[in-house]
Amino acid sequence: MTQEKIKISVKNLNFYYGKFLALKNINLELPERKVTAFIGPSGCGKSTLLRTFNRMFELYPEQRAEGEILLDGENILNSKQDVSLMRAKVGMVFQKPTPFPMSIYDNIAFGVKLFETLPRVEMDERVEWALKKAALWNEVKDKLGQSGSGLSGGQQQRLCIARGIAIKPEVLLLDEPCSALDPISTGKIEELIHELKDDYTVLIVTHNMQQAARSSDYTAYMYLGDLVEFGPTSELFMKPKKKDTEDYITGRFG
Amino acid sequence: MTDKHLSTQFDSELSGISTRVLEMGGLVESQVAQAVYALTNFSDETASQVLVLEETVNALEVGIDRDLSSIIARRQPTARDLRLLIAISKTIGNLERVGDEAARIARTVQRLINTGVSSRLRLPVTDLKFESELAVAQLRKALDAFARLDVDKALEVLKQDDQIDQEFEGLMRKLITFMMEDPRTISSSIDLVFVAKAIERVGDHAKNLAEQIIYIVKGTDVRHNSVEEVETLVR
Repeated sequence: MTQEKIKISVKNLNFYYGKFLALKNINLELPERKVTAFIGPSGCGKSTLLRTFNRMFELYPEQRAEGEILLDGENILNSKQDVSLMRAKVGMVFQKPTPFPMSIYDNIAFGVKLFETLPRVEMDERVEWALKKAALWNEVKDKLGQSGSGLSGGQQQRLCIARGIAIKPEVLLLDEPCSALDPISTGKIEELIHELKDDYTVLIVTHNMQQAARSSDYTAYMYLGDLVEFGPTSELFMKPKKKDTEDYITGRFG
Repeated sequence: MTDKHLSTQFDSELSGISTRVLEMGGLVESQVAQAVYALTNFSDETASQVLVLEETVNALEVGIDRDLSSIIARRQPTARDLRLLIAISKTIGNLERVGDEAARIARTVQRLINTGVSSRLRLPVTDLKFESELAVAQLRKALDAFARLDVDKALEVLKQDDQIDQEFEGLMRKLITFMMEDPRTISSSIDLVFVAKAIERVGDHAKNLAEQIIYIVKGTDVRHNSVEEVETLVR
């Protein structure tokens, strides 16, 4: 673990919904260009933690974070940071596919246009590149003008992933990206995640332990706002350090 | 914190398979004890009983392996549940081979009986008794340790393995001397060497069982280490 380069460093993070302390003194180092999965029962804080990494919580006045989150050494919680620029570095994909009500092409181009001014030819190339990366190009290349909502669930999710990587972020946050999908679509996206980690740091929240075990390099187990254990996935699932972790992953809960 | 799974079905599947492993262990343990009895008393009847059990033991191995594959496929076990199942798979392989060694001894006894009385009576068969008592005790201790997932007991088995090896070497020397004194006994003496070797292997399998128990409880693979190294790894 100490050999890995760290992309995001969380230091003494406490997170509040109003008066409720949802994340308790989280300290965590997330390695670059690896997949880290967050697992834990409902209400453990894994989605909350994920949403601190792109400051999503700032959309809601009663939510606040204390502590430091260092992205490449710079504290993103520092309010002087430009949120939009930071969100260009950190992309997010949600549980329910959320294609924009526009064409497939425009879905991808929309985000890119916010940050870059590209001539048509280069934009075409970027759209093609993103769709190829998301393993969706062959299925949609002849209907780029059609609405994104016309695609199947699995395709929509891959469209959202393509949209997320089109702006070339460095970190991808995936919040239960396969929960709404069938096993084959899930498998395709897990394959995709495996390829994406060559270029991106991927953080994935999942309530599916087998998915975490299959697709991640590192796993973090959380419970009631605490980070209980963090380590290489193969070690955590074979020989967890904490009994609480073992009880959860072996289904001895309650 | 509880030791039971949310799924009672899973719990009963795991305890069911552990019980059958112990059942298999008990069977091969009795096979070894009977084989040694057959040898020291030249009992063809007891030797046959050992061979009759072979089919049951082999069927148990196949059945347990099939069930544990099914559990792994259906339950996606992790951590100590997974280690238990992996260890069981190796353990039953070791137990089946113990059964094979017992059968080998039984067949040798039957062959010795067929060679005639006079050569039989001069063979140092009772010397084998001590070695076999050590081996049976090791096996029993290892199975006990498995039933209780007792690491300390498993460590004892590992420490005592040397004794059997020493006994075996002593027996080899005796048999060589015996053969040199009377070349007519060479054929039967060689049979006894194989028997002594088979008993020594039973001890080895008990040692393998002990290593698997440490793996289940501690999650550490201690195979191919000296006893001192294992103790360090375990503490």
